[in-house]
Amino acid sequence: MTFNDRIFGVLMIVLAVAYGWAATQFPEPFGGAEAVGPDTFPKLLAVVLAISSLYLIVRPDPDNAWPWSRTGIELVVAIVVLILYAMLLQPLGFIISTALAVGTLCWRMGARPVAAYLTGAISGVVVYFLFSFALDLALPLGLLSFLEMN
Amino acid sequence: METLGYLMDGFGVALQPHNLMFALLGAFLGTLIGALPGLGPANGVAILIPLAFSLGLAPDTALIMLTSVYAGAMYGGRISSILLNIPGDEPAMMTCLDGYPMAQKGKASEALAISAIASFVGSLVATVGLILLAPLLAKFALTFGPAEYFALFMLAFATLGGITGKNPVKTVVAACIGLMIATVGIDNTGVQRYTFGVLELFEGVDFIIAIVGLFAISELLFFIEERAGGGKEKMSVNKLTLSWRDIRDILPTSFRGGVLGFIAGVLPGAGASLGSFISYTLEKRVLGKKGNFGQGDPRGVAAPEAGNNGASSGALVPMLTLGVPGSGTTAVLLALLISLNITPGPLMFTQNADIVWGVIAALLIGNFLLLILNIPLVGIFVKLLSVPPMYLLPIVTMVAFVGIYSISNTTFDLYFMVAFGVGGYILRKLEIPLVPVILGLLLGPEMEKNLRHAMDISDGDWMILWDSGLAIGLWVFAGMGLILPYIIGPLLRRRMRNPIETGNSDSD
Repeated sequence: MTFNDRIFGVLMIVLAVAYGWAATQFPEPFGGAEAVGPDTFPKLLAVVLAISSLYLIVRPDPDNAWPWSRTGIELVVAIVVLILYAMLLQPLGFIISTALAVGTLCWRMGARPVAAYLTGAISGVVVYFLFSFALDLALPLGLLSFLEMN
Repeated sequence: METLGYLMDGFGVALQPHNLMFALLGAFLGTLIGALPGLGPANGVAILIPLAFSLGLAPDTALIMLTSVYAGAMYGGRISSILLNIPGDEPAMMTCLDGYPMAQKGKASEALAISAIASFVGSLVATVGLILLAPLLAKFALTFGPAEYFALFMLAFATLGGITGKNPVKTVVAACIGLMIATVGIDNTGVQRYTFGVLELFEGVDFIIAIVGLFAISELLFFIEERAGGGKEKMSVNKLTLSWRDIRDILPTSFRGGVLGFIAGVLPGAGASLGSFISYTLEKRVLGKKGNFGQGDPRGVAAPEAGNNGASSGALVPMLTLGVPGSGTTAVLLALLISLNITPGPLMFTQNADIVWGVIAALLIGNFLLLILNIPLVGIFVKLLSVPPMYLLPIVTMVAFVGIYSISNTTFDLYFMVAFGVGGYILRKLEIPLVPVILGLLLGPEMEKNLRHAMDISDGDWMILWDSGLAIGLWVFAGMGLILPYIIGPLLRRRMRNPIETGNSDSD
């Protein structure tokens, strides 16, 4: 089984129904009901989405191949790296987290590990200094904050 | 005459030293973005927007810089078409047909120079067209009421897929998704919608985060899937020998290409790809046997390049005058306008005249800068083609992270961006276009506001939406925009593919 137009269509119909139902639950705005309340436009959208999703279910396009095997794992790795990058940006500081994230991504995309992490480290340092000196924006230093000079 | 006065004021804005500097920087970055593999114009402009914000640039400077990026990206796309037979972006597809054969004959630098000149002429013609047409259209658009605007937005969505679009229903689905995301937040009656009590959602979803996620992050994931890790072999180009005669030969072609491209750019549903396609086929037909198209005819390089650069300037007309973009990149520029608190549309021509005309003047100046940049410096851009994507894309992703982080200094935005990236990847795999999602995000609030105003005027009578001749006309065009792709689309797509396939088999 693969994630195709049909399944996407079903999901979108579920979304449309949930979205439309939520719109009926909005409280009436202060000052009484108007011709077009906060719920009118969402309801309209829900109807249009439901109809067009139905069409996708009835007449789907041919399926695209999804990379379930090794490439799929690489994709998951990349997404995890991105999430960890966001998570560690403040605690580890920009330079270290960038070196790790960019390095890992380069490495997983086929670069040799040493070259990959070197690229990460250099780009992190360059961008950090570009931002803090040339552009006057503060990026977190994190673990390296002992280097901070005042 | 009035226009000329405004244009002179515009030059006053654009020629200020710092604006000129940012225009040059933008032109350089734009060419870079267009030339680099895996970094399309929309993507590149999107990544630079948050940086323009965190730099605290003045609105006119930010807009001038990013318009130059936009113009530059169109120049850059041709480089890999000519040298590698791989179009740098979609509109540069037709440039492969004669550009690559020329390069194979050892005339790569001539092809690059000719295409730069043709791009310049095409852009220049179209910018003049923009100067003439935009004020007229803006004046006309002042007569639009809310109902007409609502219909116009429908038209924008309906034609976004373009005549060559594959499945218009997917455009509708995409537009709905975008519009739905746009309804998140506190609406203008003070009701919370779809916020689920999350504080960060009260002000709605920041479309800059969504755009950067959808474009930049999903591009990274796509590259990982395709395993396009290694770089291309080192490229070198021969010494340029271009005579004045060669340039004169391509001028009429470039001029025609520019005009056709401009028209294709202004019209909804056509766009730059169709612009370069039309000007190439027409040129082939006009010159017929006199040319050797497909085997490295300089005019075959000039026509599509003039066409797609003309179209990209033309596409600014509906974006500036109506606030309705017709392409992905102009949608991103619209995002910039909205975030700078400039309401795009006809009123912009009176309320923010200095900015609009400054940008138009910058477009003219930018073209000269690009021509100067692109002929002597082409060697640098050629070298950049061999930067392997496996190093490039992680760094681009990092720049996107920095940009988004520097807007508000919160990690919440970064998670959001990654989520949009994953969503964008899934949508692209399902061949659901991303541009309507973005357009929905951008136009959603305006669309709902106009619907509300129309209903207030008519006291709740829905008939007002198609009450005037203009509104009916817009609805009819919108309907055609959805139906025509089913009828003409397959035909036109086949025709666009045919010359490319035969072109490839000739060159192999």
